[in-house]
Amino acid sequence: MIRIEKLHKSYPIGKDSLHVLKGIDLHIKEGEFVSIMGSSGSGKSTLLNIVGLLDGHDEGDYYLNGQLIENLNEKKAAILRNKFLGFVFQSFNLISYKTALENVALPLYYKGMKRKERLQVAMDYLDKVGLKDWANHLPNELSGGQKQRVAIARALVTKPKVVLADEPTGALDSTTTDSVMELLKEINDEGMTVFVITHEEEVAAQTKRIVRLKDGVIISDTLTGN
Amino acid sequence: MKFLFDSDTWQEIYGSIRKNKGRTVITIIGVLWGIFLLVVLLGAARGMENNFKKIFGTFATNSVFVWTQSTDTPFKGYQKGRRFRLTFNDIEVLKKQYSNEIKLLAPRNQTSNLVVKDFKSGNFNVSGDYPVLDKIQKKNLIFGRFLNTNDILRKSKVCVIAEDIYIQLFDKNVDPIGQYIKINNINYKVVGVYKPSNNINFDGDAVYIPFTTFQIVYNRGNKIDWMMITANEGVDIEQMEQDILLSLKTLHKVHPDDKRAFGSVNLGKEIGKITGFLTGMQFLTWFVGIATLIAGVFAIGNILLITVKERTKEIGIRRALGATPKEIKQQIVLESVFLTTVAGMLGIIFGALVLFLMDVTLGQGPDATLINPTVNIPIILIAFVTLVVLGTLIGLIPAHMATVIKPIEALREE
Ligand SMILES: Nc1ncnc2c1ncn2[C@@H]1O[C@H](COP(=O)(O)OP(=O)(O)O)[C@@H](O)[C@H]1O
Ligand SMILES: [Mg+2]
Repeated sequence: MIRIEKLHKSYPIGKDSLHVLKGIDLHIKEGEFVSIMGSSGSGKSTLLNIVGLLDGHDEGDYYLNGQLIENLNEKKAAILRNKFLGFVFQSFNLISYKTALENVALPLYYKGMKRKERLQVAMDYLDKVGLKDWANHLPNELSGGQKQRVAIARALVTKPKVVLADEPTGALDSTTTDSVMELLKEINDEGMTVFVITHEEEVAAQTKRIVRLKDGVIISDTLTGN
Repeated sequence: MKFLFDSDTWQEIYGSIRKNKGRTVITIIGVLWGIFLLVVLLGAARGMENNFKKIFGTFATNSVFVWTQSTDTPFKGYQKGRRFRLTFNDIEVLKKQYSNEIKLLAPRNQTSNLVVKDFKSGNFNVSGDYPVLDKIQKKNLIFGRFLNTNDILRKSKVCVIAEDIYIQLFDKNVDPIGQYIKINNINYKVVGVYKPSNNINFDGDAVYIPFTTFQIVYNRGNKIDWMMITANEGVDIEQMEQDILLSLKTLHKVHPDDKRAFGSVNLGKEIGKITGFLTGMQFLTWFVGIATLIAGVFAIGNILLITVKERTKEIGIRRALGATPKEIKQQIVLESVFLTTVAGMLGIIFGALVLFLMDVTLGQGPDATLINPTVNIPIILIAFVTLVVLGTLIGLIPAHMATVIKPIEALREE
């Protein structure tokens, strides 16, 4: 599903450049549940953003669903994101003036689905994350855990191949963290590839494979036996 | 184009407009004000123009009036300060010499007399005229007719009186036609009553009697007080005025450079001055209107730019969810176009409303200062379309800004 070979990424900082990813090799097959761990600043988000086509890389090859990502213009990237990828962010990133239902339905709008059908599908996914009764609430009327579940519903609504989550539980307390992880496990059980960043051992322990990053290189890659 | 008719597109725009109420209002006011000013200024300018047109309306605008004063230069043995009069001979000569240029020529004699009807009386201007006067300055007759050629040939004792004279001398609801009034103890039969023009009126409330009658009654011989001349289509009226004055100077042995001997007014020239003023007004109107419009459009652009910055994060989210740059741009541009369109239409509506109020308050009755203050619909349409096009173009700037950065940079924005 995701194949990364000798991936390098630097950020220009003034005249210098900060070498963040220093030759990453990673292969994630369809249906895997992978967590990336590492201290702050080790390059986890950078890696996930490249995988999510939100940012470009400097060197190395990246294949998404067998397709080499190269000279990608923003239009193609947008279409690939819409088709293959679902995002869950630490800060939820819901649109504040749209209801939970409208937020979940938004990716389907960009897919070109009719409004009625779109709201129908979005409602099904809200039901799936247990928030059917909150469909017409604005994000600021929801708790952190509820917001993140709305965000997960939004990530899933287009039936992507991969769900990318950057510290999805980072802003949540332990009970809501568990419910969110439970949800991600369920999704994975249904066959979706899930790729999570975390720095919490308990969270990582609930995934099937843990990749550890340090200073821009992978230092370990182990299966958890789940 | 399909996206234009998609209810979802509008749903999105409605959402974002409602979300950003403050800037929506500011934007709308900016553009509204511009087009409102344009409509009102153009309408007011038109109203003023119509007013001037009305003032000159009853007059043939290519008229020249000529009279005599006294010489200011000695010439051919004559002292300066000599007084002299125009004569019928002058008219014959001018008519012959300028047969191509002169269209109408009305010699006129005037005096003022006591006018009596039974026990009522008043002092009024009495004017000896030819029927041609009616062609130079249209007489608005409310009863009867104006003087005709028969009156001239027969030297009839008939008269045409102003409405005010009729009201002053006659009892209410009396038919004046066929009644007699006394001027200088001579009976004249009333054949017509006219309503004087509210505007340019050289004669005041006058009694018009046939020129030939006037000649005899007031013993004027072949002398003439003054004359009105109108030119044929296409004649350079100023040149004609100069030429006629020169001919008259020769006829009356007046020095060619004498400035005082003849008085003349060239109505065409006077109107030209006012037309020039109106053109200036129009130019100013356009200048102010267009400048305001452009300012309005830039205000929109600026506000869009600010909102796009405020909405960078939102745009980042949308892009992460699969919005293509084109879709993002379309939405921003459409928002801009939608706002300018609504604001423009409101501006036109309010402008029209103000013009309507102007018409009601200032445009009615004889003392109206603005007459029919209107704007050309094509002109407003052009201004409107320009506005929308500018709105589109200016919307492209923030739209472009929103999509050049990487989605991740947009998302990082707080
Ligand atoms: N846009 C950027 N410009 C410059 N430096 C960046 C940028 N994004 C991240 N970095 C730097 O790259 C390093 C890795 O960042 P990141 O991938 O966010 O780490 P993590 O998610 O593991 O905490 C950090 O030192 C961070 O400061
Ligand atoms: Mg991070």
